[in-house]
Amino acid sequence: THSVHLYAPILLVHIASRCVISGLSSSDKRHPNRARTVTMQAQMQFQSARTVSCVRATRGRAQPKVLCRAFNSMESPFAEELKKNAAYIAQKGKGILASDESNATTGKRLQSVGVDNTEENRRDWRELLYTAPGLGQYVSGAIMFEETLYQKARDGSQFVDILLAQGIYPGIKVDTGLQVLPGGKGETTTQGLDNLADRCKAYRKQGAKFAKWRAVIKIGEAGCPSTTAILENAHGLARYAQICQENGLVPIVEPEVTLGPGDYSIDETAFWSERVYSHVMRLLNEYGVILEGILLKPNMCLPARGHAPPGLDAPVASPEEVARVTVRTMMRSIPPAVPGIHFLSGGMSEEEATLNLQALNDEAPNAPWALTFSYGRALQATTLKTWAGKESNWAAAQDILVKLAKANSEAAAGKFKGPHPVPGGGRILQALRTGGSGK
Amino acid sequence: MAADLASVAAKLAAPGKGLLASDESTGTIGKRLEKAGLPNTKDIRRAYRELYYTTPGIGQYISGVIMFKETLYQSTAAGRRFVDVLADEGVMAGIKVDEGLAPLPGGGEGETYTKGLEGLEAACREYVMAGAKFAKWRATLKVTDSLPSDLAVERNAEDLARYAKVCQECGLVPVVEPEILIDGAHSQTRFGVVTERVLGATVAALWRQGVALEGCLLKPQMVIPGAEAEGGKVAAEEVASHTVAALRRVVPPAVPGIMFLSGGQTEEEATINLDAINKEARVVGRCPWALSFSFGRALQASVLKLWSSDQTRVAEAQQLALALAQVNSEAALGQYTAAAGGHPSTLSGDSLRENFRGWSGQAPAGGAVPSPGGSGEEVLMAH
Repeated sequence: THSVHLYAPILLVHIASRCVISGLSSSDKRHPNRARTVTMQAQMQFQSARTVSCVRATRGRAQPKVLCRAFNSMESPFAEELKKNAAYIAQKGKGILASDESNATTGKRLQSVGVDNTEENRRDWRELLYTAPGLGQYVSGAIMFEETLYQKARDGSQFVDILLAQGIYPGIKVDTGLQVLPGGKGETTTQGLDNLADRCKAYRKQGAKFAKWRAVIKIGEAGCPSTTAILENAHGLARYAQICQENGLVPIVEPEVTLGPGDYSIDETAFWSERVYSHVMRLLNEYGVILEGILLKPNMCLPARGHAPPGLDAPVASPEEVARVTVRTMMRSIPPAVPGIHFLSGGMSEEEATLNLQALNDEAPNAPWALTFSYGRALQATTLKTWAGKESNWAAAQDILVKLAKANSEAAAGKFKGPHPVPGGGRILQALRTGGSGK
Repeated sequence: MAADLASVAAKLAAPGKGLLASDESTGTIGKRLEKAGLPNTKDIRRAYRELYYTTPGIGQYISGVIMFKETLYQSTAAGRRFVDVLADEGVMAGIKVDEGLAPLPGGGEGETYTKGLEGLEAACREYVMAGAKFAKWRATLKVTDSLPSDLAVERNAEDLARYAKVCQECGLVPVVEPEILIDGAHSQTRFGVVTERVLGATVAALWRQGVALEGCLLKPQMVIPGAEAEGGKVAAEEVASHTVAALRRVVPPAVPGIMFLSGGQTEEEATINLDAINKEARVVGRCPWALSFSFGRALQASVLKLWSSDQTRVAEAQQLALALAQVNSEAALGQYTAAAGGHPSTLSGDSLRENFRGWSGQAPAGGAVPSPGGSGEEVLMAH
């Protein structure tokens, strides 16, 4: 029932912003039932040879020329580079380390192991991750927060250079956080489009090759997701992706479907995930985003039961069921041109994240996109606890990180056999953070 | 129900198999028969279709036959229903359910929508009782510098999706056909852009209407230059690379089969292009749908020529029909190699294109109400 209304606003906004309505021409008097003709004016930012501006209909017989918007026609000078970089990051058997927590979020993590939230400590923590020996065998990209992109290790070398030397492409989180939408349901939109082009140029100059933007669409509570939430978040993602590609960064498109309080089955999660992803893919095409040059970062389909915070008491679906439903959802919504689907680990323990990823690759060994990871907590939680801020634990912490990365790399290649380096383990959840970064 | 639809769709799109589109309306088939020197009578039409449906071994290469309404209820001369004869060979019966083209109000010149949504559900239920397992609906879009208009794209996409939804609810697998007409001087690149736009809109409409993608098939045009394009025809490798790239961008993997139409290509071109597409798909990788055929003229033209010259040469005509089906089956596997005698077509070089299979909007000389059938040159009452 949502979907019936979903597209009317898009068409209306589209037409309203690009349209001049001509009056009834004299020919209309002979055909009073003919609809008022609508002419569209081209206001495309990229003047492709294939788009044609229309001619305003003159009063009289001339039939208005109408516009056929070109698809996938964005002529980014970086098109080939984007495709190459996306293919590199999505290569079989590798995934992404998501280490782009904002300063505030990083602070909470550090404090949980008794470490103060200072710039120095944040730097140390990331140095531990990026200098882990052998990490580059399993990880093809690392997402950073802005502060981290410009930081150096203790020996003075830039983090971006350290990563590149390991064969890990540096990425940058470019959104500036969530903002609550009106409606009282806790739905959010994501901020960060202002000045994004300039920021992308600067990040690229510093060495970033890809970017990430996280949109959150809440489901489960009555009325969620609202049309506003879906349209707003899909628009933000598509516009962000467009700007990134224009400026030479591969956009990771992250439409995270999160579960609000309440009970619902894995099939319900799948139902709403399909709606959201298909809408996002539709807008990416409408906005001329080059699909061979993006990566997708979705949630796996999980069931939920419970009360705030969501998911803690949730029934555990078997990896096979998660895989079956998640693959089905992706098959229905994601065209093959997207080279990689990098799942987020929210809501899963470290072990679940690996087992589910393996099951996904068992379910679809010939999937047209890589089925791999972009894991934050599922690679860092135990690593952090092992380090606990102590120099003497540095090597052990790096060791567990690489073991976790290896396990997930094997799972992404469909070859994980166990045992898991961190079996058991509780679900790693945190309440939805809103507000800008740095708060 | 969903599982049944998915299994029927998977069978129709089985590796090395394709569809015979023999659903020409009375008017359209009449033109072809008359051009071949045959009268357009019910019995001639029946005998002509019987030729194909009783070809021994046709089921090795053809998974489904699309029929016109009249044909669904017809039988062989010996009295066996066509539907049953086909089923014996493992071939499923399909039915054209649209009711032809009409000018699109507010659209550009020559743009159309397709009629037939009203009464569709009741019709589908009857067809299911008569033994049909799948259906087909043809929308057409015209390419110029400024067409197709957004209105035409969105309207046709929406109608295709509504048709598909109704079919699935009645237990028929819908073949979704947004044909982008070959007529025009547009380049292959422009055609590729329009293909992405049209197929993207169609898929989005299917999503919106809740159509189960696993239980439907797509029937698009290959990406080729316009019939009047500068530079004429292009190499099969070009057709393949443009077509595969476009499809990978807009068709989700859940769709089991993409069954190309052959409109405007010669019998031989259609086979060679289909083969190149499949070879390209294997090279590029990550093409999860079957890339097969739903050919009308490209499976029939030579056969009609032979049979119309002498209706007693049935066995020969059937052999030719089988040979045409076989080479296209090989092409659908990317394994076509011209046999010693070359492609079985006896019409090489002649384009099978008929002028503008869209709606020309012209009233006939007698002043009767114009009704667009499948052909734009003459305007006949469609069905």
